[in-house]
Amino acid sequence: MTRIEEFVKEQADIHGRERSSLMPVLQAVVQSERFLSEDAMVAIATELDLSTADVYGTASFYTFLDTVPRGKNIIRVCKTITCHMKGKDAIIATLEEMLKIKLGDTTSDGKFSLLQANCLGWCHKGPVMLVNDEIFPEITPEKAVEVVREYLKKTK
Amino acid sequence: MENKIKKVDLIFEKVDHLAILDKSFKRTSDEIILDVIDSGLRGRGGAGFPTGLKWKFGKNEESDQKYVICNADEGEPGTFKDREILTNVPEKVLSGMALCGKAIGATEGYIYLRAEYNFLLPMLHEKMKEFNKQMKDRNFEFTVFVRSGSGAYVCGEETALMESMEGHRGEPRNKPPFPTQHGYLGQPTSINNVETLVFALMIANHGPKMFKELGTFDSRGSKVFSISGDTPKAGIYELELGMSLEDFVNEFGDGDTKAVQVGGASGFCVARKHFKETLIGFEGIPTGGSMMLFNSSRSMFNILHDYLEFFEEESCGQCSPCRIGCQQLLKGIEAVKKGAKSPLYLNELQKLSETMKIASKCGLGQSVGNPFNSIINNFREEIIY
Repeated sequence: MTRIEEFVKEQADIHGRERSSLMPVLQAVVQSERFLSEDAMVAIATELDLSTADVYGTASFYTFLDTVPRGKNIIRVCKTITCHMKGKDAIIATLEEMLKIKLGDTTSDGKFSLLQANCLGWCHKGPVMLVNDEIFPEITPEKAVEVVREYLKKTK
Repeated sequence: MENKIKKVDLIFEKVDHLAILDKSFKRTSDEIILDVIDSGLRGRGGAGFPTGLKWKFGKNEESDQKYVICNADEGEPGTFKDREILTNVPEKVLSGMALCGKAIGATEGYIYLRAEYNFLLPMLHEKMKEFNKQMKDRNFEFTVFVRSGSGAYVCGEETALMESMEGHRGEPRNKPPFPTQHGYLGQPTSINNVETLVFALMIANHGPKMFKELGTFDSRGSKVFSISGDTPKAGIYELELGMSLEDFVNEFGDGDTKAVQVGGASGFCVARKHFKETLIGFEGIPTGGSMMLFNSSRSMFNILHDYLEFFEEESCGQCSPCRIGCQQLLKGIEAVKKGAKSPLYLNELQKLSETMKIASKCGLGQSVGNPFNSIINNFREEIIY
């Protein structure tokens, strides 16, 4: 068994092998690997007795279930109206320059992906960004850089 | 000046949630439901279906297995009140679910939490475990589970949410059958917004009278508002329903408010000249709580463009009116702005948005016309020039 097959089996043991277990299993793989590789989706399909196309079809519907490789840390800057008004463009420009990547890309060392997200639900404290599951409200370009530096230290 | 905005404190009021449940468990399902019907409470997620009736329909279904779902897939741009409620009074949300369970005869409850709020999960899991034990200690058969979304706005639509929980793409189902008959895993399901469940609990606590004394005939009670945009007082406020938009802007505006988007991106944009006659409630403009204020420095083209980009990305793509309509509305206003299309093309786009309202399968496609037409009708020149 490969590492990912073992991981998927573990998750299926926890969440079950019903169709309704599919989302929790997909989410667990993304939580651990940051995206769903082809191998992971095949392993899930085998474990839950579904077709691989069905697993891919479900996964590709959801923004947070990435099927393309992502960095160890995923930065999502909120792009929706209030955050737009309060300056999300400056945050993105600063992070693009700092990480030397364009929006939507992943750094060559695989440590960060920089994405935009639709409304994150912090409109009164915009602009906001989500790094993995951690939320940073009322950020400025300077604060955003600080946050990314902290993550850089934590990421091997 | 008389303050016409009345602040209320029901949702965040500290109460002994277990005492309310103990009292309620001694009553019959019908008594609980009648109180909710009597209070006039309508769903606080945006659609506004009478909660008591929803519970009654759920109760009337014959089934061995029924479910309660708490819809915490709060994704409407400009709305953040459910996050605040779950953060501050999670016990009240859980208790509201148990109350609904008692009313309709369900033994399992699910919270469907949007992925953007995953940071709440550790706390919610802890509260859930504690609550499940408390229910067990009372010999009341009701267990709560937490499920996560994965970043799809359309999953806030009740049947799409159930599809997602069942492990499918979050594509809305045809209605009828409604979830009260055929919901999660095909079983009768009562799905309620976070805030609605807490109000139901507070009605069980204080009785329906205090609730229906607040608000207006069609919009009883109070509502938690998410206020953002060009305002010095952005945040969460529980206010009595039925205020005029003018009074609202006098309280929350920055003195230069040119428009208010009521009900989030899928709601209506009201221009200053209509503030006075616009009532916030089901008789006027209903809202799931989102109130976004825009001052005169804002371009209404940019605002509409943002909304359309949002809908174009979040449309599930299942039905053509919404999938193609959202794209064409977005492309259309871009073409008019650039001068590639004549300003009269906006009339064609407005007709398209009407078609989307009639022909789309779910609320997403049906409501894109709300912001589109209200912005075009009020600020046509800003879209063109």
